Amino acid sequence: MDTLTDGGKRAAALAARDSYGRLLALLSAATSDIEAAADALADAFERAVRTWPEQGVPANPDGWLLAVARNRLRDWWRSAEVRRTVALDPDLDAPAHLDDLDVDAIPDRRLELMLVCAHPAIDRTMHTPLMLNTVLGFTAAQVGRAFSMPASTMATRLVRAKKRIKAAGIPFRIPDRDALPARMAAVLEAVYGVHVIDWSTTGPQARPVPSEALHLADVLTTLVPGDPEAHGLAALVQLSTARAGARTDGRGRFVPLDEQDPARWDHELIRRAHEHLRAAHAHGRLGRFQVEAAIQAVHCARSRTGGTDWRTLLDLHRVLSDLAPSLGGGVALAAVTAEVEGPASGLALLDALAADAGEPARRFQPARAARAHLLGRLGRGDEAAAEYDRAIALTHDPAEREHLRRQQSALRRREDGL
Amino acid sequence: MRYALLMHYQEPGDGELSPEIVAEAQRAFDAYAKALEQAGVLHSADVLRPSDGTTTVTRRDGGLRVQDGPFAETKEALAGIFLVDVPDLDAAIGWAEKCPGSQWGVIEIRPVATSFLDGGWTR
Repeated sequence: MDTLTDGGKRAAALAARDSYGRLLALLSAATSDIEAAADALADAFERAVRTWPEQGVPANPDGWLLAVARNRLRDWWRSAEVRRTVALDPDLDAPAHLDDLDVDAIPDRRLELMLVCAHPAIDRTMHTPLMLNTVLGFTAAQVGRAFSMPASTMATRLVRAKKRIKAAGIPFRIPDRDALPARMAAVLEAVYGVHVIDWSTTGPQARPVPSEALHLADVLTTLVPGDPEAHGLAALVQLSTARAGARTDGRGRFVPLDEQDPARWDHELIRRAHEHLRAAHAHGRLGRFQVEAAIQAVHCARSRTGGTDWRTLLDLHRVLSDLAPSLGGGVALAAVTAEVEGPASGLALLDALAADAGEPARRFQPARAARAHLLGRLGRGDEAAAEYDRAIALTHDPAEREHLRRQQSALRRREDGL
Repeated sequence: MRYALLMHYQEPGDGELSPEIVAEAQRAFDAYAKALEQAGVLHSADVLRPSDGTTTVTRRDGGLRVQDGPFAETKEALAGIFLVDVPDLDAAIGWAEKCPGSQWGVIEIRPVATSFLDGGWTR
């Protein structure tokens, strides 16, 4: 396989997604009518596919697409159908702003589009699907697949959300400084949601998205280069993705993070993540995603240093619990505490956390698995075995379940002095 | 402990689902059922035909009465049953969370009271 050609194809695919998002953002900005803009844009792309092979690619392809889509929208606004069904004056209400657009200097309004997708008036579960659909141009079927949902169900929900954006008149505008942090937090969450499914029982798991979806976090850093959390998020996504291949061994067995072979990590992605981390730290404003990325970076540093710096990890996990407390974060903190201060401290922390969290902690698989492991290290074999049983019952991934079973039987052998 | 995971959702109209969508849902259910099986917790999995094929039978008013259609007409109908054997409700909730039907419907988790196994009812 010619990697240069592959790289070229990938670059072309990403450029097409960039164009799509930029044009859609522009075409829908004035009216908040994303559906009409998407239809017009689809028409323009269709015409490009028909005419470019014969007439040649225009000097400014995006400008060409924008001009065609703009004409389509204008026709649509003037059409009898719209006049019959919508009580609007096409001369007054038609998207006149499009006439002033300079097709040679297309502004980037994708940040506004992302803020609309993650607007508080839109159902939270739709933030991420909307972004994949509008900013990157993934079809409802592709988005549906990533969300384990039939294409028709996803399509219906996307249409409903877009209708709501239009009906409620959610503006394509950067909010003022007071409102911006909260709105950006929702955008970051939605981009994070592209990569992670946060199951309430088994914790975060990689979402099966096409590799181009990785691009959304990168796009966000180009839109808000001064936002350290956007860089932190991009770094986090890249560092987690870099290790995905090493999560199972050649025989399909689960390999926990500290036993993974660093040679199997994607070092180019790790290098790019570190660029984002440097960009983030230059701003001196810490946030949840930067800390999570830093934690991942410490784990990845094992490929250079040969060991894991547990003390630094402990500091980072403590900062994370203060910044953004979560059940998963608490369990990780307890596990790292055990590495630095011993299993008894880790277990005490874990049990305190579980008592606070109540019922959700009881069926949280990572908490059960961590507890089983710590009880085993403390020599409390019977309790550990029972806890392993509970953890295994809550584990859905066959490779991970097998791993827990192996740990459980290793513990039994130790107990029996074999 | 046995639990029935009862899937309820709105039944699609005629031709509402394209073959591709049906194939996608089938893939999702296939992966789900195989995960349950690999975990060794699956007893049976049945996806039901639409409720217009239902026949309801009763003798509670005396003689046999056979009626077309389900016992209760509701917007969301019983669409399938997964019978799983897991240690407790927490484990059942974990599996229900991952059932594809939970994306577009609801999963009712009902503990099984007794089962007819090996020639007798379990206690």
